[in-house]
This record gives sequence, C-alpha cells and structure tokens, in this order.
Amino acid sequence: MISFSQVRKTYRGGHEALAELSFSIETGELVFITGRSGAGKSTLLKLIPAIERPTSGTVLVNGQNIGSMRRPAIPYLRRNLGLIFQDQKLLYDRSVFDNVMLPLAFTGHPHKEAARRARAALDKVGLLAREKANPITLSGGEQQRLCIARAVVNRPGILLADEPTASLDSASAAEVMEMFRSFNQVGVTVLIATHDEALMQRLNPRVLVLKQGRLAA
Amino acid sequence: MSAWLREHWRTLTLTLARMAGNPLATLLNVMVIGVALALPLGGYMLLQNLGSVTRQLAGHPQVSLFLAPEAGKADIAALEARLRQIPGVRALRFIPREQALEGLKRSENLSDVIATLQTNPLPDAFVLDTGGSAADLEILEPQLKALPRIAHVQLDSAWVRRLEALIALGRTTVLILATLLASGLVAVTFNTIRLQILTQKDEIEVSKLIGATDAFIRRPFFHLGLIQGALGGLAAQAIVYLCVLILNRSILELAQLYGSDFRLDFFGFSDCFALLAFSAFLGWLGAYLSVSRHLANMEPGQRP
Repeated sequence: MISFSQVRKTYRGGHEALAELSFSIETGELVFITGRSGAGKSTLLKLIPAIERPTSGTVLVNGQNIGSMRRPAIPYLRRNLGLIFQDQKLLYDRSVFDNVMLPLAFTGHPHKEAARRARAALDKVGLLAREKANPITLSGGEQQRLCIARAVVNRPGILLADEPTASLDSASAAEVMEMFRSFNQVGVTVLIATHDEALMQRLNPRVLVLKQGRLAA
Repeated sequence: MSAWLREHWRTLTLTLARMAGNPLATLLNVMVIGVALALPLGGYMLLQNLGSVTRQLAGHPQVSLFLAPEAGKADIAALEARLRQIPGVRALRFIPREQALEGLKRSENLSDVIATLQTNPLPDAFVLDTGGSAADLEILEPQLKALPRIAHVQLDSAWVRRLEALIALGRTTVLILATLLASGLVAVTFNTIRLQILTQKDEIEVSKLIGATDAFIRRPFFHLGLIQGALGGLAAQAIVYLCVLILNRSILELAQLYGSDFRLDFFGFSDCFALLAFSAFLGWLGAYLSVSRHLANMEPGQRP
C-alpha cells in the first residue's frame, strides 16, 4: 500500500532529511514512526500526500509513484488520505461543523449527504454536541479530535498523523490514541509520527525508528 | 453537466453571500469601477449623438454654381442640360438673379442696403443636390469648374469635413480614455482578488492539502471578478443615464432657442448589454491574472 525504496530527500540549502530510506506498509497496518526531532518523521509523512517530492528513490502509494505524479492528479491522491497536521490547520472563521464539511465541498456530495457524513464523523470523535461552536473555544484535546473528524469524513483508506498528542495531557492523549486504534480496527491503515513512547507501548504496534534520516535497527 | 451547473450555482451563491457580508467594500469597489467606466461611456454617448446630428445635416451636402454675368438664356439652358447628365446629381434648382435679390430684400437687416443699389449685383446660380458624402462632392468639384460660363463653385462640404474631423478626434480621445480606464478596471479587480485571496489564505492552504483541485479553488474568485465587473458596468450606465436626464433639461431649452428638438439619446438595449458583457469580461480578466499570480505562490511544501 505504501512503499519507500531508497528514498532520499534533500531540502534546498543542502539539508538532508531522509537518506536511503526503504520500508513498506501493508493495508490495515498500524505503524508508529519515532525518532528525535529532526530525524525526518515529518518529511516522511509529507512525502506520502506529495506535499514534498523525493529527491531520489521511489515512493509508491496505492501503486502510484509520488515522484513522477503530475500536479493535476495530486488532489485525487489526497482525497484518499486523511491528514492530521502537527499545527492542526483548523479554520477559526467558521464553526466546528463547517470545518468538517470542508473536505466534502469538493468531492461533489449533495449537501444533505455531506451534512449527514459530517455529523457522523463528529459523533465518532464525541464532538456532535459542539458542532455550532467555534474551534477556538474547544480545549486542546477537542481540537485534536476535530482534526481527526475532518481527516476521516471522506472515509480515507490511509490516516497520517504528525505528532497528534504533542500538546495534550496524558488522558486526552490516551483518548486520541484509542481513536486511532478504533479506526485501524475497521481496516484503515494508520501512520503516526510521535515521540511519545509510553503511549505507544500500550498499542504494541509496529515501530519504525528514524535516526538522521535512516531506519535504526 | 448538471453537476457542473450545480457546482457553479453553489459557488455563485457563496460569492454573493460573501459580497453581501462585506457591503461597504463591495459598494466601494463597484463605485470605483462604475465611475471609471462612466467617463469613456459618457464620451462615447456624446459622440454617438453628435454623429447622428452631423449625418442629418450633412446627409445631402449641396454645391452652389455661380454663373458668369455675361451668361445668356441660351447658355443657361445648355448648362442645365449638361448638369443633368453628370452622374451623382440628384436635384437641380436654378435661382435667377432677380429671385436671389428678392430673397435678400426680404431679410430684415439687408433690405436697406439693397434699396440703395442701382443695379442687381447678384449672379444667376444653380444649386445641386447630390446623394453622396462630402468626399464625393470634392471629386465632382473640378468637373463642375471646367464647365463653360461658370464663375465660381462653392461646396458647403468644407465645414462638414471639419466637423467630421473633430468627431474623429473625439473618437480617438474616447478610445484612449476607454483603454486606460479599462486597464484601471482590470487593476482594481486584480487588487480586490489579491486581498480576497490573502483573507482566505488559510482556507486555500488547507483545501489544497486535503484534496481540492486548482479549478475548485479558483472558481469563486472568477465569479467574484465577473460579478464585480458586471455590477461596475451597471453602475457606469446608471451614472451616464442620470447625467443624460439632467443634461437633457438644459439642452432642450437651448435647442428650442435654435428651433431644434435636439436631445441626448441614451444607448439602446444591445449597446447596454454589450457594455455589461465587456465590463464583466474585464472583471474576469483581472481575477484571472490575480489568481494565476497569487495562487501559484501558495503551493504547500517546497517547489521541486
């Protein structure tokens, strides 16, 4: 489903984020990527939705080669991915409900069907009661759950989360992790970059440890 | 097709709601475009009116042929026969010198002067009507001059030509003005859209990240430019129409003093529609340039 082979990513200015990285992830796996800051976790996650392109090597997602993908094809790739960003990227000029509606605006769903899906996603993360609130009034944990609702509302096959528990207390973090596990249990492939090792242990997942852009054994 | 229409309808309502949500900015933008377009539009309307007056006046420019004093009755008859054969001569009127003198006597200011004259100083004359324009007359002129017993040929086309030249000058001025102000309209829209893109920067960025196509992101801005341009065109027409209403009162008074019923006419429906389409197009163009310039810079991640 996702496979990296000999992937190198060098940013302009010469910083090498990933070097000779090879691994593959099967459908339905739950995988954690850990490593210290700057080890290349975020870069790895950005390569999958073609936010960044590999400098050399091949990144395959659902059989599509990210490196050679043409620009007009990228949106369609991203619609099958649920992205949870490190900086959340919620929109504070609209309600919780409208934030979740955003990904449905361009997939051509009729309004009723879209609203139904958005409410279902909010219900799944326990935010249905807050649908009219502005995201700014939500707690940190609730905001993170809102990000998850927006990521899953299009029912993607792959969920990518970059440090989803970084700013949460341990109870909220555990809640969020539990959510990822439940999505994984219904067949969604989940990739989580984190340095919260304690939380990881409880799920007993497959772990990729990055060190200076390479897999550490 | 129906999905495409539904999508445009959705964008349109969204855009209109956004404009209504910020009425002051919308009003100011429309005003700026309206005033900018009203100037060349008003000039164009004046020229059209002036043009129709000239056509009325100069539709049949005349030529006066003054005969030499020694021309006798036989000469006149021969001349008349030859004049009738010249192609382009539509009507021919002979004015004997006696009749011309009578005419002068009837005019108030000159009757005293005429009374003191011993002999009739006026020559016999022919007045020719042609169907052609002023330029046609001038081609005819040397031919007429070559006729025997003709003392003087006078074209009344000279002032018509002067007026035509003036109108041509006016046209060029309006064209230059229109070009300048049309680029102004494009620039105004360019800037409006730029500001709108900046306000929606976060939304655009997130939308791109979660799978919105470029077309989806651009569409509302095209709608905005198009609607704003059309509204500006409408405002320009309203301004010019208002000016016509106000001016026509004074013009009617003035025209009556000259025994004319001249008044300014506003544009017909097709002209109004063409202008609306043109201003909408200019708005779209401004939006297109702005969107191409500013959205390209908002690609998440590093350029390859």
